[in-house]
Amino acid sequence: MNARATEAAVKPTAQQGKRTAWLQHPLVRPLGALVALLLVDAFLVPGFFHLEVKEGHLYGAIVDILNRAAPLMLAALGMTLVIATRGIDISVGAVVALSGTVSAMLIGGSTPNMPMALALAASLGVALLCGLWNGVLVAGIKLQPIVATLILMVAGRGLAQLLTDGQIVTVYYEPFFFLGGGYLAGLPFSLFVVAAVFAVTLLLVKKTALGLFIQAVGINPVAARLAGLRTATLITFVYVFCSACAGLAGMLITSNIKSADANNAGLLLELDAILAVTLGGTSLAGGKFSLVGSMIGALIIQTLTSTIYSLGVPPEVNMVVKSIVVFVVCISQSSEFKTILRRSA
Amino acid sequence: MSAVATQTRGRAAFTGAPWFTSLVTVILLVAMLGIGGAVYPGFLSLQVIFNLLIDNAFLLVIAVGMGFVILAGGIDLSVGSVLALSTMISAWLLQHAHWPPVAVIALVLLLGACFGGAMGAIIHLFKLQPFIVTLAGMFLARGLCYLISVESITIDDPVFTAMSQTQVPILGGFLSPGAIIALVVLLVAIWLAHFTAFGRAVYAVGGNEQSAAMMGLNVGRTKVLVYALSGFCASLGGVLFAFYMLSGYGLHGQGTELDAIAAVVIGGTLLTGGYGYIAGALSGVLVLGAIQTLIAFDGTLSSWWTKIVIGALLFIFCVVQRVMGGRSKE
Repeated sequence: MNARATEAAVKPTAQQGKRTAWLQHPLVRPLGALVALLLVDAFLVPGFFHLEVKEGHLYGAIVDILNRAAPLMLAALGMTLVIATRGIDISVGAVVALSGTVSAMLIGGSTPNMPMALALAASLGVALLCGLWNGVLVAGIKLQPIVATLILMVAGRGLAQLLTDGQIVTVYYEPFFFLGGGYLAGLPFSLFVVAAVFAVTLLLVKKTALGLFIQAVGINPVAARLAGLRTATLITFVYVFCSACAGLAGMLITSNIKSADANNAGLLLELDAILAVTLGGTSLAGGKFSLVGSMIGALIIQTLTSTIYSLGVPPEVNMVVKSIVVFVVCISQSSEFKTILRRSA
Repeated sequence: MSAVATQTRGRAAFTGAPWFTSLVTVILLVAMLGIGGAVYPGFLSLQVIFNLLIDNAFLLVIAVGMGFVILAGGIDLSVGSVLALSTMISAWLLQHAHWPPVAVIALVLLLGACFGGAMGAIIHLFKLQPFIVTLAGMFLARGLCYLISVESITIDDPVFTAMSQTQVPILGGFLSPGAIIALVVLLVAIWLAHFTAFGRAVYAVGGNEQSAAMMGLNVGRTKVLVYALSGFCASLGGVLFAFYMLSGYGLHGQGTELDAIAAVVIGGTLLTGGYGYIAGALSGVLVLGAIQTLIAFDGTLSSWWTKIVIGALLFIFCVVQRVMGGRSKE
């Protein structure tokens, strides 16, 4: 109430308020950032928006960015729900490595060791198990999320390396490459995977009570439990969902590079996913989340990376830029900053 | 009846005592060394134990800093990259700018403390979660390494080389100067944590920030100092690492933050803050080092077993902490 009163006091007339009302929409800032980045590209990178059809496929920088952002978008979707319940999952990269390794090992050479559908189901199953492990630790044993997922983050990559004996597993089975490198209706197939997962998640969150429940747990877990929500089941589900998304991302990556590298697959993907979620306007304090925002966040990160590459800036600058973006976004999100801003306005 | 009741109460007091997990870690360490000595000939020599200290001196210093942060209820994910940045800055200043080594070390330590302090200030002023701020700090420090140089820079400064090659004889074995510095840091840290007002403030803030503020403690100052201390320790760890490796490289110390957190947890400090001993960092680091040494002595086990064992240990200790924490609250 108090905050709203001050806000009204800042705006002198109702008309002006109406004009700036759309600026208050949570998606304006991430979208603005994305558009600004694209504008930079449009001016500085020749032929950035150029699209052409070659052999029935759409080619161009934009398609490339979308394709490369696919694993990150998947990871960010799962991470959004976890962060919405006040949690965090830093084992995403390890799950990517594990599921990628399992799928590569089960499919193996040019003739698959087992039917591909079964192999993919098995690696998704491994990811689900990982999620269940995280969920039980957080919701059952009530460990802090960052510590609970730290365990899998450390051990998961070790397990993946144990499976492959430290080697990079190469896949030669052609149909598997379609998943991460194929084209459907002229567009990369991975985009359809992302779109399907996004649609299902959006439906679950918007058309069922799940979204409301997740928000309730994020705003006040105790109140949610007292109100009769099964918070433990809900939190477990969120971690299982996050790992499933990471598992899918792992399969996309493995299929795209035609091999599984237990050491480097999905390295630091959890950080990029957290960054994407934060950029998209989801509050790290839980409760307030936006799936669309996270997708935009993932696109911002990938566009930033592509921009840095195509501008000829050393790619190492990328990390510095990313970190400064995180600092700026986090500080501007904090209520203390808004208070300071209001006072000075 | 009453005798049984006293007995159970006695047992609860024993397992619930603050030093219980720390004791478990020490027993674990002794057991691991014992098993190692029984299975592998030559394992149980004084020098093997000294080597644990020599090889993990940088980790011990970092774990001490991390111990303060965790005691104060925070977490610092940037320590590994601050270590890398410190090796990088030292290497560049020594090799390309030809600064005297003492000035280089002083500057690096100052920069580390400022870096940590700045993160602490952001965490406190804007009430942000420590892990996201230090995560950004981790990116920033790693990125800055690559801005200095993508390649590894070899250090051939005589002082650094001397530090790396000197052997200080003690009790028939020898320690490196780095290990001795690490032990001194540990002693100073124990004094700081248990015998000064700052130490008591750290425990109070970690126990309950609100009560600490109501008691009139300067919470902001304590938090900034704690992160500055962690940054200082991380850069000192970097200097020790530079002594050890004689190079500066942006990929140095990857995952060190996780090792340091694991060492602190295994050493018996509660991750929720306010509970534990700084000395636990030593037993935690030695347990991690002993796992690596055991796996190296075995020869048939691959290095990734280290990760799996560390993960399993982390799991066991977290669950034990959780179970005992719940009981003591009841």
